[in-house]
Amino acid sequence: MTESGIGARVTRKEDQRFITGRGRYTDDITLPRQTYAAFVRSPHAHATLDKVDVTQARKAPDVIAVLTGEDFKKDGVGGVPCGFVPAPGPQNTPPRPALAHAKVRFVGDLVAMVIAETPAQAKSAVELVKVDYGTLKACVDPAKALDEDQPQLHDEAPGNLCIDWQLGDNDATDKAFAGAHHVTRLEFINNRKVPNAMETRCTNAVYDPGTESFTLYSSSQIPHITRLLLAAFELGIPEHKLRVVAPDVGGGFGSKLSHYPEETLVTWAARKVNRPVKWTGDRSEAFLSDTHGRDHVTEAELALDRDGKILGLRVKTFANLGAYLSTFGALSSTYLYATLLSGQYVIPAIHCSVKGVFTNTAPIDAERGAGRPEATYVVERLMETAGRETGIGVVELRRRNFIKPDAFPYQTPVALLYDSGDYEPVLDEALKLADYDGFPERRAAAEKNGKLRGIGLSTYIEACGLAPSNVAGAIGAGVGLYETAEIRFSPTGSVVIYSGAKSQGQGHETTFAQLVAEKLGIETDKIELVEGDTGEVQWGHGTYGSRSLVVGGSAIMKACDKVIEKATKVAAHLLEASPADIKFESGTFTVKGTDKSKSIGEVIMAAYVPHNFPLQEMEPGLDARSFYDPANFTFPFGCHVCEVEVDPETGVTTIVNWVAVDDFGTIINPMIVEGQVHGGIAHGVGQALLECAVYDPDSGQLLTGSYNDYTMPRASDLPSFTLGFTCTPSPHNPLGSKGCGEAGAIAAPPAVINAITDAIGVRELAMPATPQTVWRALQGAQVKQAAE
Amino acid sequence: MPKLSMTVNGEPVTGDVEARTLLVDFLRRNLGLTGTHVGCDTSQCGSCVVEADGKAIKACTAFAVACEGANVTTIEGLASNGQLHPMQEAFRTHHGLQCGFCTPGMIMAALDIVRRKGKDLDEATIRAELEGNLCRCTGYHNIVKAIQAGAAGM
Repeated sequence: MTESGIGARVTRKEDQRFITGRGRYTDDITLPRQTYAAFVRSPHAHATLDKVDVTQARKAPDVIAVLTGEDFKKDGVGGVPCGFVPAPGPQNTPPRPALAHAKVRFVGDLVAMVIAETPAQAKSAVELVKVDYGTLKACVDPAKALDEDQPQLHDEAPGNLCIDWQLGDNDATDKAFAGAHHVTRLEFINNRKVPNAMETRCTNAVYDPGTESFTLYSSSQIPHITRLLLAAFELGIPEHKLRVVAPDVGGGFGSKLSHYPEETLVTWAARKVNRPVKWTGDRSEAFLSDTHGRDHVTEAELALDRDGKILGLRVKTFANLGAYLSTFGALSSTYLYATLLSGQYVIPAIHCSVKGVFTNTAPIDAERGAGRPEATYVVERLMETAGRETGIGVVELRRRNFIKPDAFPYQTPVALLYDSGDYEPVLDEALKLADYDGFPERRAAAEKNGKLRGIGLSTYIEACGLAPSNVAGAIGAGVGLYETAEIRFSPTGSVVIYSGAKSQGQGHETTFAQLVAEKLGIETDKIELVEGDTGEVQWGHGTYGSRSLVVGGSAIMKACDKVIEKATKVAAHLLEASPADIKFESGTFTVKGTDKSKSIGEVIMAAYVPHNFPLQEMEPGLDARSFYDPANFTFPFGCHVCEVEVDPETGVTTIVNWVAVDDFGTIINPMIVEGQVHGGIAHGVGQALLECAVYDPDSGQLLTGSYNDYTMPRASDLPSFTLGFTCTPSPHNPLGSKGCGEAGAIAAPPAVINAITDAIGVRELAMPATPQTVWRALQGAQVKQAAE
Repeated sequence: MPKLSMTVNGEPVTGDVEARTLLVDFLRRNLGLTGTHVGCDTSQCGSCVVEADGKAIKACTAFAVACEGANVTTIEGLASNGQLHPMQEAFRTHHGLQCGFCTPGMIMAALDIVRRKGKDLDEATIRAELEGNLCRCTGYHNIVKAIQAGAAGM
């Protein structure tokens, strides 16, 4: 480890602009002759679109244009594509026009676009658009959407069925249950979550008629994928005619990893009005139209033998996909979900069936954790409940069933091959840090004060570092999922890394610079990162799924290897030695056994000003690039322990202690990794205690459409966290790293609910466990107790 | 259109703005001071916090014309002579930010906490006082540490 290399706890380079208010988010960019867009959005969950009258709106002051679905259809722009069909298919994939035509299918669906000189004038003119809707019945519940009496959203999806999918061995699982000594069964809803990045979505397009090309600025996690979809599939233009730039992005969490119709619309409109068109969503629009996460209705059961060894796991899920398929579609409800159902355990037989359905709600896509929180919730709630009701105990049951360290690589019955892992030390460390043994005493003390204490575990595993391209293709992805890196030098030793990733706060400018500092021995203040601009970066798959260090960072390491290989030859020439005799360490090339050396700075200068250079043998320059395709997913794992205190009078839950022990393999910047764990836990606690996107079952109205009704975690809702780390390096990437961004969001919800159910003595509890929910559960339990 | 004048970051400024123009839009669009952000429409997220006449206000919930003659400080006005304010430094040192979007409002709110509660702040006080500031990235753990350290360093 060097001072600023791998493992160094260095402060972040990007912070300078953020702490001085000089970040450059998409809305901060105003282009010459900028115009502003505002949208007419459907106030109905389900309706025919009978008439859209824009005459008054077109006459409003400072209005430049008002565009409708008819205009869009006339111009022949393609619908917004879905990039994923879960293998083996089939999938009913209805079309998605960017502006609704004939029908609207969720509150917030786009109906018309007003373009004006100012945002205020655009919004005012929206109110002048007169729309005739023919309201229809709405359905919002994924468990009911397939019922015969439910309204049908799409002709292309009879019965509202999108996919009927399964994974695992049904026969083996049935046999396992037939021979079980004990079965633990639970039903639950994994509550719908709205990502709520603090920066709302914003997108700004400009057309250059001279070169017939577009530039689109967008708050996006996936600039290159957006370019591909928008250029090739919608506008029908060559990709090089569309440049997509994601500047500073203020959080994503999945809400910005799909390509949205608003991006299509500003791009199309920019050519039509021949001026740049910017749309900045407000928070209400974010609630209505950002992709949401989760929304599963699940029945799950765990079969055990008389020694508490797991025989099988059966899971049946209705997965809400929303009104339309978004870019990654049903991925979070299929291959990122069911494949994690083995957890950290040896489970001989697993079967999972998922029915993905359309409802009159916002489209669903990945949201921090993307399928793995849903899976971990199933497994860890079952394990904790089974541990209690069999009397074996929640810790002992886990120990008996952990995959043992000598069993790796371990093939699960749900496709994934875990490459490495050692689960017991993590559990032991977490229990020690949480003073698990001292809990009974703390519970007794709390009870004397009239409070109920509980403690809950979550031993999670997840799969991230998406993904080997052949696997991605085999499971149904339309792209990828390698990552690219290019390293360029200038004569005086500046280094620029070009990465296909796109940070929304994860600290790539710092971490990636640390990798290069470590490999090449160059100071981080001479290293800069370019991300998010398709005009500068060759290709990339963007940032999500805890992949950018593992895949993007590995690409950087490989590119550095190429640099070192060539630089060694240059150094050999300068030192009049053979490359085999050159040693490279800490930025210096030395002839082995001598003190003859050249710094990397001197080598760089020689390569770019090649006056003393082996031009007969090689080209000048040292730039190198890599397309890194990972050999496998990576498998971070850990144990979180949540201790709560419930006030039985009010149902209020206070988290009094949180311990997280995680294994992310090699850690590049511990400070950044800790921050990711903190933030992930906050998301998970939010889901468990506070957050839920609720649609009215009759009208389909979003009842939680602002921060007045959707409760975000605040500083006073969370404790400070105690973190620990173990390290079993990933064996298949040059870093040994595994990815850490989603772990907290995956681990936390079952830890919280396990703790509260322990505190109040109930078996089941809905998320979010609001004070009302907890209080009612407590009343119910007390009534039951009194009756016994 | 009403004519408006105020002092922003020590400089006198004027503008012709519609009466309905919010202070945050006046700062961002008329003055090009894009460090103050808009994160919600119900005045809860705190991304827009600035200081006006010695008090923290939410710039999304103030009309520009209502701030006629006010002395306003935004995040851009904190550093002086190229030196960052101790609170800004503390956010960097303690990794109190990730995407940076809530950060200007957090820092301005933190300064207001110090004004009202002093420099010796404990964790519980800071967490309670941050009721009006949302962060979706950090889980608040490092923000609390940063504010504690920044306050102590003032």
